[in-house]
Amino acid sequence: MMEAESRSFADAEINRCLTPEEKIQFLRQMFRIRRFEQTSLKAYNAGKMGGFLHLYTGQESVAVATISLLGENDHVITAYRDHGHALVCGMEMGECMAEFFGKATGSSKGKGGSMHLFAPDKRYWGGHGIVAGQTPLGLGIAYALKYKGIRGCCLCYLGDGAVNQGVFHESLNLASLMSLPVIYIIENNGYSMGTSLARSSAFKQMLAQRAEGYNIPWDHANGENIYEMRVKTQAAIERAHEESRPTVLEIATYRYYGHSVADANARKYRTPEEIEHYKTYHDPLRLWQKRLVDEGILTEEQADAIDHEARAEAEVASRFADESPFPTEADIFTDVYSEVDQPVGDGPHGTYFFN
Amino acid sequence: MPLPIEMPKLSDTMTEGTLVKWQKKVGDKVEMGDVLAEIETDKATMEMEAFDDGTLAEIYVQEGEKVAVGQQIALLALPGDKPGDAAAPRPAAPVKTSAKADSSTVAPPAAPAPVAEVPVPASGAKVKASPLARRIAAARGVDLTRVAGSGPGGRIVQRDVLEAKPGAPAAAPKRPGTPAQPAMGAPAASVQSIPALPAGPNDRTLPLSGMRRVIAERLVASKSTVPHFYLQIEVDAAPLLALRSEINATAEASGRGKITVNDLVIKAVIAALGRVPKVNAAWAGDAIIEYAAINLSVAVAVEDGLVTPVLRDAAGKSLGEISETVKDLATRARTKKLKPEEYQGGTFTLSNLGSYGIESFFAIVNPPQAAILSVGAAVKKPVVNGAGQIVAGQRMTLGLSCDHRVVDGSLGSQFLGELRAFIEKPALMLL
Amino acid sequence: MPLITYRKALNDALAEELLRDENVVLLGEEVAEYNGAYKVTEGLWARFGSKRVVDTPISEAGFVGMAVGASMLGIRPVVELMFWSFSYVTFDQIINNAGCVRYMSGGQIACPIVIRGPANGGTNVGATHSHTPENFLANTPGLKVVCPATAYDAKGLMKAAIRDNDPVMFMENTLLYGEQWEVPEEEYLIPIGVADVKREGTDISLIAHGRAVLTCLKAAEILQAQHGISAEVVDLRSIRPLDEETLLASVRKTHRAVLVEENKPFCGVDAQIASLIQEKAFDELDAPIQRISALDAPAIYSPPLEKLQLPTPDRVVQKALSIC
Repeated sequence: MMEAESRSFADAEINRCLTPEEKIQFLRQMFRIRRFEQTSLKAYNAGKMGGFLHLYTGQESVAVATISLLGENDHVITAYRDHGHALVCGMEMGECMAEFFGKATGSSKGKGGSMHLFAPDKRYWGGHGIVAGQTPLGLGIAYALKYKGIRGCCLCYLGDGAVNQGVFHESLNLASLMSLPVIYIIENNGYSMGTSLARSSAFKQMLAQRAEGYNIPWDHANGENIYEMRVKTQAAIERAHEESRPTVLEIATYRYYGHSVADANARKYRTPEEIEHYKTYHDPLRLWQKRLVDEGILTEEQADAIDHEARAEAEVASRFADESPFPTEADIFTDVYSEVDQPVGDGPHGTYFFN
Repeated sequence: MPLPIEMPKLSDTMTEGTLVKWQKKVGDKVEMGDVLAEIETDKATMEMEAFDDGTLAEIYVQEGEKVAVGQQIALLALPGDKPGDAAAPRPAAPVKTSAKADSSTVAPPAAPAPVAEVPVPASGAKVKASPLARRIAAARGVDLTRVAGSGPGGRIVQRDVLEAKPGAPAAAPKRPGTPAQPAMGAPAASVQSIPALPAGPNDRTLPLSGMRRVIAERLVASKSTVPHFYLQIEVDAAPLLALRSEINATAEASGRGKITVNDLVIKAVIAALGRVPKVNAAWAGDAIIEYAAINLSVAVAVEDGLVTPVLRDAAGKSLGEISETVKDLATRARTKKLKPEEYQGGTFTLSNLGSYGIESFFAIVNPPQAAILSVGAAVKKPVVNGAGQIVAGQRMTLGLSCDHRVVDGSLGSQFLGELRAFIEKPALMLL
Repeated sequence: MPLITYRKALNDALAEELLRDENVVLLGEEVAEYNGAYKVTEGLWARFGSKRVVDTPISEAGFVGMAVGASMLGIRPVVELMFWSFSYVTFDQIINNAGCVRYMSGGQIACPIVIRGPANGGTNVGATHSHTPENFLANTPGLKVVCPATAYDAKGLMKAAIRDNDPVMFMENTLLYGEQWEVPEEEYLIPIGVADVKREGTDISLIAHGRAVLTCLKAAEILQAQHGISAEVVDLRSIRPLDEETLLASVRKTHRAVLVEENKPFCGVDAQIASLIQEKAFDELDAPIQRISALDAPAIYSPPLEKLQLPTPDRVVQKALSIC
């Protein structure tokens, strides 16, 4: 039955049109995220960066599958577990790693940190640190698209913990009321920080089902199945493009590490066996690699080569970050006010900074 | 090349970690992702992962040791490394126990501060002037201690400085301010402070308590503005001591408290002040105030200074009342339980250092009072009696420090004469 | 020059900017079909239609956040908060998103949004509806904060705020909406960050923002008529950026300053101003700086008492006399 369902997703039009190169590219992107994050964790452990580091490891397939469908007027915004989305949207490992290291060559010149990666030129709007704080921003991006008469949409990612924030519900209400092309993708990894889904959310069948209350279509997908995620996401994108209507899509996934690397109880609120089970039987990289080998479009040796390229790329990024300079003290006061950075007319007037 | 493994940073706040347990032994094969060791951070015990494949070649930090983040704790031989390849630098010693680490970080005592080369301005910090007035005064060479302030609370403001001539004597305030304050508590404005020898490494620098500061200010003001002179007289204390023994013998029998020599001296002082009321007086700037009531300040030594609680309306008090009241005031003075009205408003002060064996001394006048009596110990010494014989006597030396503006030599002598009469013939106090 | 109300001046500014730039959108509760809870947006929906003037549900966190997101793509939303007191349910969106996104993106993202509405006490609506958060918001680098006191300033500052590329927090006052001032018919802008000397004087500077400026003007008249004291009244107009030069110049002239605001005293705007004056003009002071703020308790409902809770001309006069 599952086999059959799985085959039907693979056979869907949106997946049948994929070229072998595109499928291999998905694997490459997942390897890049994983090796990038492992390298960043190594650097974190070596004291190269401050603060938190929220690893996406285990969830890579979600960003890869959903973002693979986006066109030139489609946008992405997410929360603080943002490394995967950033790389899939086209950000370079070097600028991201340098940002983690707090270097002037970082994507935000060392002013944002790992939770705050941005690349508006790639229609990637961050990287936001407050749980669910990005949900109305994604709505606003959709609002702007509709206002300007652009046929596009915004994929707004959130975790299973964010669904309990009031502003997410306000956003759902507005999305439906104003009929905006926003797609909320709940990456349900089972834990909001250290609290399991069962202990944090009241729901009937799925978290996404809450959308019913706002008259918003919803669906769910298995995060280890790239074909399925592409089918479900494509339906939401079409709804956004054709009808300017929102969708809530819930994707079941799993993170191997703690909420952040500073999560002292990462292996206490769930058993090591549970983590091992996911790594062994549900790892999206392994599963996709096996599928491509089964489909006969990739050999194990080619997969290893892709892995090694990803490791090498991450190493280069780490070295780049390491060798880059820190911002200067004067940089503290730039990028605060646009009028200070780029004066208009005879401005700026008055005092902007008070020390 | 083998790879050094360092103490990882496992949380946002971690600066050092304790190696709780090695999960791999030297010689074990290690795969990327394997748990190498358990590390106790400031938050919890966490697992330390291997980031590379290889063989654990060396362990530098034993279980239970605490080391700083970034310090090398082991060496991983990578595939292809030969046993002799170890290129690891010598790992640093583990962080010592926190107590020792703390003591090692204590800075050496600071070098003595150099004596200030800039002389302390004579016009002290106590002049109340606005910043603008100070600036203008400095520019014009106006001495602010000679300028009267017309601003709120007597503050010297711009207009006062503008109207003052450089070096001119104090003009009367432009606006009628509050009446002139009595000298009590007002420090002299122009006392040159002589720098103390700087504190050495074994010296203690004690911050001033409020009491110390008040004592300093008031006595500097007194000694530098009150024209002092001193009178001294030796009296026969034997009759007073005899009377005290007599009273205390009965007191003991009846269970009442004993009286002290000081109680008797106080009684005599009150009687003498009754006879010479001009000594129970104060300098008020443009007048002398002679007080009707005798409010006797009695100096009491307390920790870190002295206070002078007041025996109020002393004139009518019996010896027993005096004794009990003084005892109560002194006790509460030592425990800092006096109310302000209990140490303010004295008209004459008595200071007795006899219990320390001091034979004679002169206290500094307690302004605005006009005089202060310094009472020495009653000592046995040879005296020439009325019959011209040398006999053993009980003598007591009394010193009187006077404000010459109020009390002249003859007046002070008159007071001491009366006092001597009461001490030598205590029965007169009954009259 | 025609006399128009503060409300009409704002309405004119909004209409002119809606006409001028098609990316300007008005959003908020009751701003469109209802014509505005305080009628500031009256007639604009009828004139510009539902695309440009948009009613929202009572959902401040949602619609302010939505406007911030839209502004990142170049829309210029003017969001009405029925009261600035309601900003407290959308602080995350204002502070973390509007206030920080430019910085955290290393200057890649601009947020040209205006959030506007009344921020005042004095109308007996109780503590929850009487907050004046200009001090909180000015504490966030990245945000601009303006508090116009007159119709003329309200119009010029609103037009400047809408054209500004940074988030501007625009604080109005329901007690002023019906007051009239002379406002020229020709177009003008007032740059953000420029204070205005509303009355010249030589003996003391009364420094204020928002409605407190009018209180100071009344106090200045009393000081002149009854005490022969010439008071200068400085209207900050903009809290951040702050026109330090104008207020310092006034203090250098009069050597005395009374700071007046309807904000609460603890860490109020005037705490910053006082610190600034003593730091930069200490030697010019001939008296300690004095402050008058709202009496330091939640806004009381009782009408006669709430009048007393806010700064009055009499309190300003007494404070001025205490240092003259």
